[in-house]
Amino acid sequence: MDSMKLSKDKLNSFVAILAEQKQLYMPQAEGETLKYSPVNAKVQPDLVFSNTAVPAKSVVFPQVETLFRYEVEKTDIKMPAGEEERVLLGVRPCDARAMSIVDNLFSWDVDDPYYLGKREKTIVVGLACQKPGVNCFCSSVGGGPASTEGLDVLLTDLGESFLVKPLTEKGEKLCQAAGEIFEEASSDDLNSAEKLHQEAAALISRSIETGGIPEKLPGLWESGIWKEVSNACLGCGICTFLCPTCHCFDIQDEIEGFEGRRCRMWDSCMFGEYTLHTSGHNPRPTRRERTRNRINHKYNYFVQKFDVIACVGCGRCISSCPVNIDIIEILQQVKEAQ
Amino acid sequence: MCDNANPYVPYMATIEDTWYETLGDRCVKTFKVTLDDAAARDCWSHKPGQCAMVGLLGVGESMFCISCSPTEGDFLRFSIMRAGKNTQALHEQEIGDKITVRGPYGNNFPMDDWKGKHIITIGGGIGQAPLRPIVEYVKANLDQYAGLTMIYGARTSGDLCFKGEFEDMSKRDDLSCHMTIDLEEEGWNYNVGFVPTMLMDVNPSPENAIAITCGPPIMIRFVLENLKKLNFADEQIYTTLENRMKCGFGKCGRCNVGSLYVCKDGPVFSYATLKDVPEAFA
Repeated sequence: MDSMKLSKDKLNSFVAILAEQKQLYMPQAEGETLKYSPVNAKVQPDLVFSNTAVPAKSVVFPQVETLFRYEVEKTDIKMPAGEEERVLLGVRPCDARAMSIVDNLFSWDVDDPYYLGKREKTIVVGLACQKPGVNCFCSSVGGGPASTEGLDVLLTDLGESFLVKPLTEKGEKLCQAAGEIFEEASSDDLNSAEKLHQEAAALISRSIETGGIPEKLPGLWESGIWKEVSNACLGCGICTFLCPTCHCFDIQDEIEGFEGRRCRMWDSCMFGEYTLHTSGHNPRPTRRERTRNRINHKYNYFVQKFDVIACVGCGRCISSCPVNIDIIEILQQVKEAQ
Repeated sequence: MCDNANPYVPYMATIEDTWYETLGDRCVKTFKVTLDDAAARDCWSHKPGQCAMVGLLGVGESMFCISCSPTEGDFLRFSIMRAGKNTQALHEQEIGDKITVRGPYGNNFPMDDWKGKHIITIGGGIGQAPLRPIVEYVKANLDQYAGLTMIYGARTSGDLCFKGEFEDMSKRDDLSCHMTIDLEEEGWNYNVGFVPTMLMDVNPSPENAIAITCGPPIMIRFVLENLKKLNFADEQIYTTLENRMKCGFGKCGRCNVGSLYVCKDGPVFSYATLKDVPEAFA
């Protein structure tokens, strides 16, 4: 399917059409936090933002998710209702790419029915970046401001309109359903989108040459850099909670009255309890070992298993860290370490 | 689990029998359980070394080794030390009560590859639980192995699990069974001394042999040293690892040692593999 054009004065109608067909999720402010939330057809779409504070992973891998329910003292297990069809509108290419990276893990050997169930029923409409954030480094880890991996449709803001590029069968179907509100895109439109993509790529100010890092990390296991780079760490875990590729979770039972549920929730390798044995022994007793594991997981172990770095360069861990720990600087130290 | 099953949803199981192996604050209780669902029983197939998530609805789940061999019958056994919230709640369960089970998880001891070899188990305390399926499996197929030597120790005679079984085995001529406790006790007729020392006294030949050791980290360290002194090659030495786990099948992230997940790539590892894995003995 060829690219089309959506005039901005028809954005409301486009959003309404999407919302009528499926459960639509768009970036919405909750207090000061921008995150993907369900919206209805009457929403006033606002697609002017840098990136959401909480990555789009929260829609397919919720912060807390019910695995099943039961009644206290009974043995019947009740499964949650089936997944609804969803559309995510306005996803930045880094966050979409992160979902396709995490797909590897959740479909590895044993399929994760909750994650994959949501993924299958989710259509991702992306929005190319034009003003990369100060800590963005997507182009260093295989992405880019207009990367299409993990997206079904890519929108590019042309000023008065959006260029709409369907990328997958799911994306084409979605666009066909909204067919009449689109205009034909001219070759000028395509060219200006291409030019905007290139300009955005040139605006990315931070970078790291990642070649050789996965191979070098094993040799730095006992290196002094881990103590050095984790010295300031408070162990708050924000770097992993807001990371679009972090997928680790805890499983807990919750009881309210006679109703019980088993749920899973985001967990962080930066927490001491994450690896704490019942005996009191902890194989990763300090932030040195936890930081070393976090970097190795993203830039070494995941690469060994799935041949891709588990980092998309969104820069959230850098921007959100209360003590300015910077993953690019850590990687730089890895490269320079003897 | 059955192929089409949701891997997070446990099977219900009924406790057929339960008894204490040891007493005290960190007592060990063994549960013999049967899966309630006939279809689940048909799907279930475990091998020595594999684990299962055992728990209670409303409390939680923890990973335990399956402490019986499939050669023993159509049931499961778990020998569980009371140590935290989940194990405390499990210890309160009695015959007829329902617990949840999902699995089996992880790899297994390569019992087929070991056929024709002399099997030596070296256990300490609750570390005998993952070794017990090997012992039972070899006992049930004794003609297929060159022999079975067991070295098992604990701090006191009261800390020995499966004591009755060991007493029976030590009376047999076709098995080599060595029980030891750390300090002299009145009425104790077996050996006294630490497990690594006992290993040197038994002095097994490395020829055509496999040594498997499980127990407290300090014991494992000295057993490994002594096995090297006895000229066992790294490939002839096996152990199991344990780490905190939540899912059991490689998603939740926490049980890794280096790039290996204990729940999927383990819990059984040869020393040849482990000696190069960072964190393996952390």
